[in-house]
Amino acid sequence: MGRRIATTLRRAAIHAGPTVLGIVVLDFLFLQLMPGDAADVMATEAGSATEESMAALRHQFGLDLPLLSQLGNFLDHLAHGSLGYSPRFNTTVLDLILQRLPGTLLLMITALSFALLLGIVLGSVMAAWAGKWPDRLLSVVVLLLYSMPGFWVGLMAVVLFSVKLGWLPNDGSETIGAHLTGFAFLADRLSHLVLPALALASFFVAVYARLVRTSMLEVQRQDFMRTAQAKGLNPFLIQLRHALRNALIPVTTVAGMHLGNLLGGAVVVETLFGWPGMGRLALEAVLARDFSVLLGVLLLSSLLVIVANIAIDLLHAWLDPRIGEA
Amino acid sequence: MTVEAEIVDLGSRAAPKKGRRLRAFLRNPNFVAGAAILGFFVFLALFASLLFADDPQAMVSSPLVWPGDDWQFPLGTDSLGRDVLARLAYGAQASLLVGIASATIGLAIGMVVGATAGFFGGRIDSVLMRLVELFQTTPTFLLVIVIVSISDPSLGTIVVAIGLASWPTVARLVRAQFRSLRESDFVMAARSLGYSRLRIIVQEILPNALPPIIVAASVMIANAILTEAGLSFLNMRDPNVVSWGGMIGDGREQLRNAWFLTALPGAAIAMAVLSLNLVGDGLNEILNPRNEQ
Repeated sequence: MGRRIATTLRRAAIHAGPTVLGIVVLDFLFLQLMPGDAADVMATEAGSATEESMAALRHQFGLDLPLLSQLGNFLDHLAHGSLGYSPRFNTTVLDLILQRLPGTLLLMITALSFALLLGIVLGSVMAAWAGKWPDRLLSVVVLLLYSMPGFWVGLMAVVLFSVKLGWLPNDGSETIGAHLTGFAFLADRLSHLVLPALALASFFVAVYARLVRTSMLEVQRQDFMRTAQAKGLNPFLIQLRHALRNALIPVTTVAGMHLGNLLGGAVVVETLFGWPGMGRLALEAVLARDFSVLLGVLLLSSLLVIVANIAIDLLHAWLDPRIGEA
Repeated sequence: MTVEAEIVDLGSRAAPKKGRRLRAFLRNPNFVAGAAILGFFVFLALFASLLFADDPQAMVSSPLVWPGDDWQFPLGTDSLGRDVLARLAYGAQASLLVGIASATIGLAIGMVVGATAGFFGGRIDSVLMRLVELFQTTPTFLLVIVIVSISDPSLGTIVVAIGLASWPTVARLVRAQFRSLRESDFVMAARSLGYSRLRIIVQEILPNALPPIIVAASVMIANAILTEAGLSFLNMRDPNVVSWGGMIGDGREQLRNAWFLTALPGAAIAMAVLSLNLVGDGLNEILNPRNEQ
């Protein structure tokens, strides 16, 4: 077991290396394409600048060097963990993003768990009654969820739960200035989390439900299912331990592929609910035309996707003993 | 001569049963329902300027008229007194245009990359797949935001940005098709006749690889419409173009007293995307030979 996990981990790391480098280079190229450079930004901040002082600034930051040396500098800074400095937010880009990372992670993990849980339940129910009325009814519901923009689902939930019923807050991640402690603090944070997580999860509930349905139906034809039935095991346990466990492999793969989309969706949802996360930071950076922050967010979220996919490879090695052998 | 005729016939296996296929389309409830809704939106988009002669950006009535209150404006007016129904019709133009144009760009790039990778294999394949992986790792929506913010948020740049961010899925799909088809008998026959690689790729393999690509195309248009809605909701939109996402963004300010301004354009997006997904599901059932039994 431990050996297999080590093999999987090593393979994943070797595989991820070039991708990380590619993302960094792509990131650098985008930075080059952005209108204006750091000298322009600083000149605007200062209010006035002469040709000479601009040239001096460019020289100071190495902006007058050839493209390849600039790429070298960029990589050198990255290797030292520096993503640049944001004049607009008056702090380093890395600090800025790390401040927002926990918020995004909390929102994403909550939404993903909710989507997986509901998706698996809906998909299993649909597969168990395939072709009958529960399947047909849920198929329509799932297809509707699949077609609605998540942020609109969020807005409609705000109308219902915040405006009409007044049950849930619709702005921020906690009640400002409330200084709550203990259970009240948790309840407050949780109530702020519900609507954004719901908005972010709605599309993915549909994705996973459709996928679980298909793979559950596919698994039923496998030999090990027949063996389990022949052994006279409890039908419910067969579905849970044998069918679902195997059906989960494509689901986790797709969940990994969709992580990027989830992060993208977080941009809209975080902006909508005033949630202090990385996605809203990206949009604030666009509005402030602070491109180093925007690209920092792009870089870090790509890295996040890579790390998460390695974690999923490990999960696969655990779910299916055949993976990662030899 | 006879050999060549036979091979051409092998290459175009899909052709003979046209009549049966048309009936299969009409008998598929998903496809029929999806096509009907989609047809309605296409009609609305094409004839928006005939149906609603007034400028959709112009103030035509008092602001915030609720749907049903004034039958001159059956779906009410927004906070600037603009006709919501007319704006929905003009919004269909933007959504469908962005959806179709960006899906075309994404399909074109994805097909070229996927066909090259799948047909040639080897080193070309591994380099191209690395590129695909790179783009799939980057969050699509963030990538679109970056590309749009490099240039101006005009309809053109939004189309290009969504197209550039959406090709990897198609590339993977086309590559898989080409890998399985390149060793098939009719390709071997074409090779032995000395056809050029380009001719084999375009005339022999591509027609046989098309069905899943057609299904993917409808899903891509649907996703592009959703992406465009998100972008224009975030105000990254062409200010001169009426778009459904932008209408939601404007209506959000009135969420407390006039939630229909948010609900209606959102419902329009959901119906348009739903129709494309239904068409996609229907096409998948009709074109996928594994579903024929």
